[in-house]
Amino acid sequence: MRELDTAKISEAVASLCIEANHRLEESTKECISRRACQEDWAPAKAVLDIIEENIAIAEEGEFPLCQDTGMACVFIDLGQEVHLTGGLLEDAVNEGVRRGYTEGYLRKSIVADPLRRTNTGDNTPADLVVRMVAGDRVKITVAPKGFGSENMSQIRMLPPSAGQKGVEDFVVSVCEKAGANPCPPIVVGVGIGGNFNKSALLAKRALLTPLDQANPDSYYADMEERLLERINGLGIGPQGFGGRTTALKVSILCAPTHIAGLPVAVNINCHVSRHAEAVL
Amino acid sequence: MEYILKEPFSKEALREFRAGDQVRITGTIYTARDAAHKRITEMIAKGEEPPFEIEGSIIYYVGPTPAKPGNPIGSAGPTTSYRMDAYAPKLLDLGQLMMIGKGQRSPEVAEAALRNGAVYAAAIGGAAAVMARCVKSAEVIAFPDLGAEAVRRIYVEDLPVTIVLDTHGGNLYEEGRAAYLAQVKEEAK
Repeated sequence: MRELDTAKISEAVASLCIEANHRLEESTKECISRRACQEDWAPAKAVLDIIEENIAIAEEGEFPLCQDTGMACVFIDLGQEVHLTGGLLEDAVNEGVRRGYTEGYLRKSIVADPLRRTNTGDNTPADLVVRMVAGDRVKITVAPKGFGSENMSQIRMLPPSAGQKGVEDFVVSVCEKAGANPCPPIVVGVGIGGNFNKSALLAKRALLTPLDQANPDSYYADMEERLLERINGLGIGPQGFGGRTTALKVSILCAPTHIAGLPVAVNINCHVSRHAEAVL
Repeated sequence: MEYILKEPFSKEALREFRAGDQVRITGTIYTARDAAHKRITEMIAKGEEPPFEIEGSIIYYVGPTPAKPGNPIGSAGPTTSYRMDAYAPKLLDLGQLMMIGKGQRSPEVAEAALRNGAVYAAAIGGAAAVMARCVKSAEVIAFPDLGAEAVRRIYVEDLPVTIVLDTHGGNLYEEGRAAYLAQVKEEAK
């Protein structure tokens, strides 16, 4: 059994919070650059150029990519052969978020109660999802999630008879209704199957997929392509000013479901599609 | 078209702008988002003085990140505007000149802007570092307990915005998309 002090997890989470808020993953940057080159509608091109300028400024480390530095969504793949010492995992993750958001001058956007709305002051608690996996490593992914796009997300419990077309129509309708609100160009995470909660989690996890990576199942890879084409055919464009580039990517994850159900969740992310990972 | 808007701000200057025009703003504006709008409109309803003169004001919907030492402000991009829709018509009727945010507005806000000769402009969501560099000074003038949501008086230079709702009834979110789709249709012929 490998021992790992949870203080190491706090340290890693703190630095990942800061990194994710200043630097986009390579595949995301490449995708935005490529779309900027392909965009021939002038207002759309102008927006994408400013987005690229913003990415370059944020990488200098002085200003985060977006003022909404998000709710800290933390995904941990915990190897079964790791024995954590030094305190609770959840406490360690929250300590990391507290330190990252304070020392990194990131915005504290979490309120302690959804209706009474007092800010917790340190961006905790994190949204922590732990998955037990084989091995003796701990993989930590921090994905700060802004709420301009989160608020445009939807879930629908479709009847199985809705089938593939019903799923695709729903995904496109969510993106059309979102319009300019979620800061397009967007990244679309789709969770199909499972149950009510599982589909939502799949949709969120789908947003971690690198933008140059298709679903390994060609049936779903084709669906991702088809959906991207339909969404970009809406003409909403960057920031909703019109244009070809409404979405950068559609990523689908699915899971077994019940004979009576076809849950579909659509989690929208903005072009500042942030995630950073470390393996301990 | 591209325009420059400088202090003193007036409704006359706004009449030139059409939906889709790019405007660079230089001067003193105010920040306020959800919680600040709620408090300001409550103060007005109770007959109290709001933290700044609403008449003639430009309000930027933003909750910036904390300023690092040596900077007036942190990252400062727009937040989604529809959450201010419940409060905006009241402020427009009191003479607010411009709202800066991003995303669609309600018909009530569009009507209130039109009848008052005010405009709604979009800053680029997620280009917060670019926008931060346009802010030359910032001072919290009300509700410091709200943290990022406190009301700030900020001085901006060349803050880039795009006119969405103009004083002539134009709406960029409708017209921009329609114009692009018309061009796509034309090319397909």
